[in-house]
Amino acid sequence: MTFEPGDRVRVLPSKKPGHVRTPGYLKGKAGQIESLIGEFPNPEELAYGHAGLPERPLYKVGFRQADLWDDYEGPAEDYLYADIYEHWLEPGEGGLT
Amino acid sequence: MSGHHPHEDAGRTTSPYAARIRAIEALLLEKGVLTEPEVQDGISYLEARSPANGAKLVARAWLDEGFEDLLLSDAKSAARQLGIDPEHPAEFVVVKNTLDVHNLIVCTLCSCYPRAILGRPPDWYKSFDYRSRAVSEPRAVMREFGFELPEGVEVVVHDSTADVRYMVLPMRPSGTEDLGEDELAGLVTRDSLVGVDVPRS
Repeated sequence: MTFEPGDRVRVLPSKKPGHVRTPGYLKGKAGQIESLIGEFPNPEELAYGHAGLPERPLYKVGFRQADLWDDYEGPAEDYLYADIYEHWLEPGEGGLT
Repeated sequence: MSGHHPHEDAGRTTSPYAARIRAIEALLLEKGVLTEPEVQDGISYLEARSPANGAKLVARAWLDEGFEDLLLSDAKSAARQLGIDPEHPAEFVVVKNTLDVHNLIVCTLCSCYPRAILGRPPDWYKSFDYRSRAVSEPRAVMREFGFELPEGVEVVVHDSTADVRYMVLPMRPSGTEDLGEDELAGLVTRDSLVGVDVPRS
């Protein structure tokens, strides 16, 4: 599965342990692909002495703050970007409404 | 001060964390994972870098639109142009504040920071408080730094979760039209490069 800018995605709600670079507060949340940053060795394997190959696509993903926090203080336009690896994303609706 | 004990540990902190890191360092040296010169090189690398590098990049961008374009599209090349060594495995990306958008940088997972440019992050940047609240209540965090966001400005938070390190290009303060590049750089604080504050004239 590869994604294009503008694609709606959802962050997998996985509880995978270890050196995971997907923050908990984004798990299960809906957002939108902003851009492909590039391909990098998988940090989940790199951290334990492995090569982390093949490299994994890393996306800049945008989220509406109002979709992340129930009691967010600020306008609907406030936004958050995080860098999320492709294997943590699935196609998803919702968010950015 | 005590006059009765030798001062062989003068200048070294005695916190449990410092003791732990010294023990880890000693083990890495003993097992040959690292050498003493490599440790010294690492220290020199970080100490050669400071927020002054970020301030230089910002001041040049304020004065030179072409440089600003380069800084926003290829920040490492922009740094090299000013004689700043940006070499680091991570990407380096600069995000621009405008009249409509204010950017804030955080690393919720640890303390990722553009060390290759700015050196060591401030202690508060690594605190659990900042890391959790910068994403959930960025506006309150900025207020606590003494920065009141103007009405109608959108806040964009960048959580550096993976292989990119971010720095903010703040807006040039008004009333600075007559200032030269060095004077402009003097207005750019470390906090404004993270986005918790803005430069003031």
